[in-house]
Amino acid sequence: MRVAVKDSNRCVGCQSCMFACARRHGEIGVVNSRIRIKSAGGMENGFEVIICRACENPVCAEVCPTGALEKRVINGRVRGVIFHPEKCIGCKMCQQACIIGAVFWSEHENKPLICEHCGYCVAFCPHGVLEIER
Amino acid sequence: MEYIDLFPKKVLFIDLSTRKWWTETREDLFENYLGGTGVATKLLEENLDPNCDPLSPDNVIIFATGPLNALYPVVSKTVAMFKSPHTGNIGESHCGGRTSAAFRLTGYGAVVIKGKSDIPVYLVISPNKVAFRDARSIWGMRSTYTVGKIIRRAERGAGIRTIMRIGRAGEKMVTYSSVVAESYRHFGRLGLGAVFGSKNLKAIVVEGSGSIKIPEAFRRSYNKTYKKIYDLEVNSDLMKKYHDLGTPANILNLNKRGALPSYNLKSTTYPFAEELSGEKMASDYLGRRLACSHCPVACIHLGILRESYENEPYFYKTTYVSYDYELIYSCGTMLGIKNGHDLLKVIDAIEVAGLDAMSGGVVLAWITEAFEKGIISEKETLNATPKWGEADEYVKIIENIVEQPNDFYKLAARGVESLSDYYGGKDFALAFGKNEMPGYHTGYAAHLGWTLGARHSHLDNAGYSIDQKLKEIPSPEELVDKIIEEECWRQLLTSLAICLFARGIYKPEIVAEAFNSLGKNLDEEQLRNFGRKIYAFKYHLKQKLGFSFDKLRIPERIFETPSMHGKLEKSYIDKALKYAADKIQGIIKQHLK
Repeated sequence: MRVAVKDSNRCVGCQSCMFACARRHGEIGVVNSRIRIKSAGGMENGFEVIICRACENPVCAEVCPTGALEKRVINGRVRGVIFHPEKCIGCKMCQQACIIGAVFWSEHENKPLICEHCGYCVAFCPHGVLEIER
Repeated sequence: MEYIDLFPKKVLFIDLSTRKWWTETREDLFENYLGGTGVATKLLEENLDPNCDPLSPDNVIIFATGPLNALYPVVSKTVAMFKSPHTGNIGESHCGGRTSAAFRLTGYGAVVIKGKSDIPVYLVISPNKVAFRDARSIWGMRSTYTVGKIIRRAERGAGIRTIMRIGRAGEKMVTYSSVVAESYRHFGRLGLGAVFGSKNLKAIVVEGSGSIKIPEAFRRSYNKTYKKIYDLEVNSDLMKKYHDLGTPANILNLNKRGALPSYNLKSTTYPFAEELSGEKMASDYLGRRLACSHCPVACIHLGILRESYENEPYFYKTTYVSYDYELIYSCGTMLGIKNGHDLLKVIDAIEVAGLDAMSGGVVLAWITEAFEKGIISEKETLNATPKWGEADEYVKIIENIVEQPNDFYKLAARGVESLSDYYGGKDFALAFGKNEMPGYHTGYAAHLGWTLGARHSHLDNAGYSIDQKLKEIPSPEELVDKIIEEECWRQLLTSLAICLFARGIYKPEIVAEAFNSLGKNLDEEQLRNFGRKIYAFKYHLKQKLGFSFDKLRIPERIFETPSMHGKLEKSYIDKALKYAADKIQGIIKQHLK
């Protein structure tokens, strides 16, 4: 299962998903969310929805020098990564490798913020932008 | 990086004259005045010389959010306070967009800005840091949209910040100029833009890059209350009127009931109401809906303005322009505008320059009537000929109000009170407490509401809404009691910086639950008491700044044009005001010892 962007044109920029992600991780805020909504160069142009797409070939895991990012295997298929924070040295290689920009960074922990595809944000998207894909 | 406080304790001070900033821990302030309106009023009282010129370096700007901002949905406003250059009294203005989440997530409960910069600057506020940036290259720029685009590119934090800026109207200190945030939200009323301009302050970027750890003991209760409020926002009918057609859904309703001011309130019905209705705007112009941060409702409606270039076929300019009820009134029905295209054109000119759309529209309406009556002529209006329905002429007048090429436009840049002081035409100068009138001729409560309201806003107490629910007119005393009771409760809501559109959800029991779920115990009676105390304190400061019931002026026009409840009598208003003056004095005495 993964969280997918169904239709970013329906996004109104309320950022309820970002607050939901933080809450799921015990925080109130937006900076440490694993999903980010930002305007596409001004609100008149709508919004970009940036979230891990659970790659079948996760580049972030391939460049990780310590094995802190492990490929997540579901039913024999790779779908994104699992993060092991105790192995992470904070080198930011994963962040540089993800051209989607979906590896966010916690300045609080000096560690990447990796989406777990738990689907909590989907439950707080009021306009059908996000969906759970099984 | 450290986590920020669950409930704010700190105030950030910024001095533009010395380019210094510092913080103070003020737990007393947040305990006694909560946040938003309450905290901002107290900080204004502490930091403002009541006799100062509002456009001098001595004026101060306060921004405050409340303890629940960023914590719960639709607690999404920021309160600004300053001495208003438009009225000379308290300037209080509220804005949504991303301002609230951004301010709150810096960790500061309030920000106080003093002094004046020697050159144009903009500020970047983030947790534990304030940067002063040179803004000389963007000063004088034609459009507020462009200023936003440039800063958006120059600064980091896309998605977690607000970019609040002024336009040329603010730079030129038009006393009803606005501060624009996220292109489509505003600190609109009472001239915060001019105060920015007077301080050489072009913009403020606030980066909400702080985060709050939810205390383990309250994780479960907090999540439960959050979900309850969120579900009410999304699934109940309480917010429906705001997200479908938005506030313009009211146009046809108020037109039918004879409460929609048109042609400078010469009438309360409008021949082109269908054309400017929420229904028509949605079907022909609506291009996108937007939300403020942390609000699933998305009440912001953007219309598409497609304009062709003269003599240049196949060239078009497409602009997104936000519209809502108040703007359709002030820039539409008040000016005899006949269709949505022309309406968006007038609004766009106002947005580009950075004026308050409500005061702006009412000023244009006064100018049109004064021109019609021969009080002013082209000697005053120069290249523009004010005439009902002529959008292109209005665009020229707006430009002149900003640039102020002669004495007439210098006065127009100060509102209808100043215009009518000089030229006459007081009877149709639609200002209350010097602030231009909102879009409701519903009856006594509307006009009493913004006359008595501590900031002369229709949102102070929603008298217009009281009128619409009245079956018959009560005694002046009863009506004043209702208005003041509502205003006291709204002081609590705005001290928590809750969007007033969500007032149907944030009833006292829900507000109490929101606090209790995070370990702060407040009951309903305590909350109501906060509201009354803050109301009393604000009125006390208002009087210190020179407000007096003896100086109130009610424009004759509201007695000439019948309202939804028929013709209004001056004697009723006089009685009501006399009673209100005593009652408010009593409230002040009771709460401020």
